[in-house]
Amino acid sequence: MSAYKTNNKVVAWIEERLPIFSMLQHSAVEYPTPRNLNYWWNFGSLAGFMLVVMILTGVFLVMNYTPNTHMAFESVDRIMRDVNYGWLLRYLHSNGASMFFILVYIHIMRGMYYGSYKAPRELLWWVGIAIYLAMMATGFLGYVLPWGQMSFWGATVITNLFSAIPVVGPHIVTWLWGGFSVGNPTLNRFFSLHYLFPFVIFALVFVHLWALHTVKSNNPLGIDVKSPQDTIPFHPYYTIKDLFGIGVFLMFYLSFVFFAPNFFGEPDNYIPANPMMTPPHIVPEWYYLPFYAILRSIPDKLGGVVAMFSAILVLLFLPWLDSSKVRSGKFRPIFKQLFWLFLADCFVLGWVGAQVPSPNVTLIGRFATVYYFAHFLVILPLLGKFEKARPLPASISAPVLKGGGMAAGAHAQPMEKA
Amino acid sequence: MADPASHAQPSTTDGQSRRDFLLYATSTVGVVGTGLALWPFVQSMNPAADTLALATTEVDISKVQVGQAITVAWRGKPVFIRHRTPEEISEARAADNADLRDPQKDAQRVEKPEWLVVIGICTHLGCVPLGQKPTDPRGEFGGWFCPCHGSQYDTSGRIRKGPAPRNLEVPKYAFINDHTIRIG
Ligand code: HEM
Ligand code: FES
Repeated sequence: MSAYKTNNKVVAWIEERLPIFSMLQHSAVEYPTPRNLNYWWNFGSLAGFMLVVMILTGVFLVMNYTPNTHMAFESVDRIMRDVNYGWLLRYLHSNGASMFFILVYIHIMRGMYYGSYKAPRELLWWVGIAIYLAMMATGFLGYVLPWGQMSFWGATVITNLFSAIPVVGPHIVTWLWGGFSVGNPTLNRFFSLHYLFPFVIFALVFVHLWALHTVKSNNPLGIDVKSPQDTIPFHPYYTIKDLFGIGVFLMFYLSFVFFAPNFFGEPDNYIPANPMMTPPHIVPEWYYLPFYAILRSIPDKLGGVVAMFSAILVLLFLPWLDSSKVRSGKFRPIFKQLFWLFLADCFVLGWVGAQVPSPNVTLIGRFATVYYFAHFLVILPLLGKFEKARPLPASISAPVLKGGGMAAGAHAQPMEKA
Repeated sequence: MADPASHAQPSTTDGQSRRDFLLYATSTVGVVGTGLALWPFVQSMNPAADTLALATTEVDISKVQVGQAITVAWRGKPVFIRHRTPEEISEARAADNADLRDPQKDAQRVEKPEWLVVIGICTHLGCVPLGQKPTDPRGEFGGWFCPCHGSQYDTSGRIRKGPAPRNLEVPKYAFINDHTIRIG
């Protein structure tokens, strides 16, 4: 860490007692970042931005929300009709959840394509998966809060997953509910946890960034930084690029909020929860659909639940399942194609998850489920052994600086390629 | 991007270069945009439409005898309605020229002299003064006595003694007919 210098007495006084300025300088200004990051590297900061938006809109929603089965639905209705800009807060929050997942899915896929999970970034990858799990829990808990039909039946179905556990399952479900069905105690605890988890995510994001700043960013070439020429300082190059990304993203996000606010929603959730009647077609939020499809593909209750959780947990083993020494998919001709095939498989699973089960749909779902696991458990371990990777460039700066003859320092042509 | 040379060495240093312009323009848009985005959040904490809809209250005063007082809720606050006796009215008028902390004539504070309508919240720190019930202490001036820090109000609801700075506030109200008033 380069020593932090300042002429400002107040700053110096604080810095001596709490080195916050040098920390910021070190991790948000000087942080040496590979000079070749492409736009797929914007999605981490976008997800962070979205987390802030979710917490902000959430805190303001809570000011008018009532977590009680008799009042929750009406309180959300009141937010929509009576509270000043309540409709905006709610649509920012509900569409924000979908946006958050879109961003995080792209972020994860970026990591999978460029091999960002490989050594030395395994823990960084793990913390990311912990964030993803916490997000899934938060989204589920939040969806219960408006206490519509989908809220109620979503909560019923998901909590009942635990009843598949032998012997103790039913007791766990009663414990989760705090009663004999989803009811007021359930809503109260879900609200408490829905408020808590985003702050847990916030803490995890810090750990994620800590790990990142220890091992440094990967890059599209997947090769290590070898000299200062390979990097540029984070500020202003990537601060401005991230801000630009936020601008573009906001157009996308707000076009849903203002012009299609219920695009991701289910009309049934505008009907108050009715414990006596299940809606005819019940589906989870789109971001859970692939896992829901895996659950339904297994004709055994416990097996289905295990498969569903394994589908996420298998990601934890990815750093060791992928046997290739080459990080970036750019240099792996076969992996590159199988990556897109895997992505397509996820979309197929998502589609299957949204369908009313029929023999054909179930069959497609089973193939897609088998392929999903095969990608991790068979293809990736073997591929690394057989695939012949294309030659890697000598350094990050070599292709950019055309032969690398320039010794003019990292700032020579900062705008050339960001 | 244009000629790289012009970027490498900004031609001027006194805020005239294209970069400075871009920096200031970006920062301005960012600050103004964030400010505008925060506006709905602040605004959402103001009273909602249903809260504002409760902003008027109609009161039937036909059963309030001379010398009696009632307390009604308006916007969640107590409003004192006192049917004043002739003595109370003349006391209030007599004090019009006394040394008042918040000078106001009694006539300015009532629509009809028999009826005094004031918000029952002490202008010191918000307690509800005593004096509505016949058994309550009313202080030296026959109006209200605040139990919190001892402010005393007269029969016109004017502050006469104690820490409160202003007279009890008169809400906006109107007589709809002889025995109904609408507050708000
Ligand atoms: C990781 C961040 C978060 C995610 C993914 C998330 C997700 C969700 C979702 C999917 C809903 C249901 C939307 C609907 O259809 O109405 C919801 C509702 C809600 N959330 Fe969150 N949330 C997050 C953070 C927060 C925070 C930090 C708070 C409070 C401090 C909060 C408070 C609420 C409230 C009060 C509701 C019910 C009102 C409504 O239905 O719009 N959320 N959340
Ligand atoms: S609040 Fe009434 S005297 Fe202080």
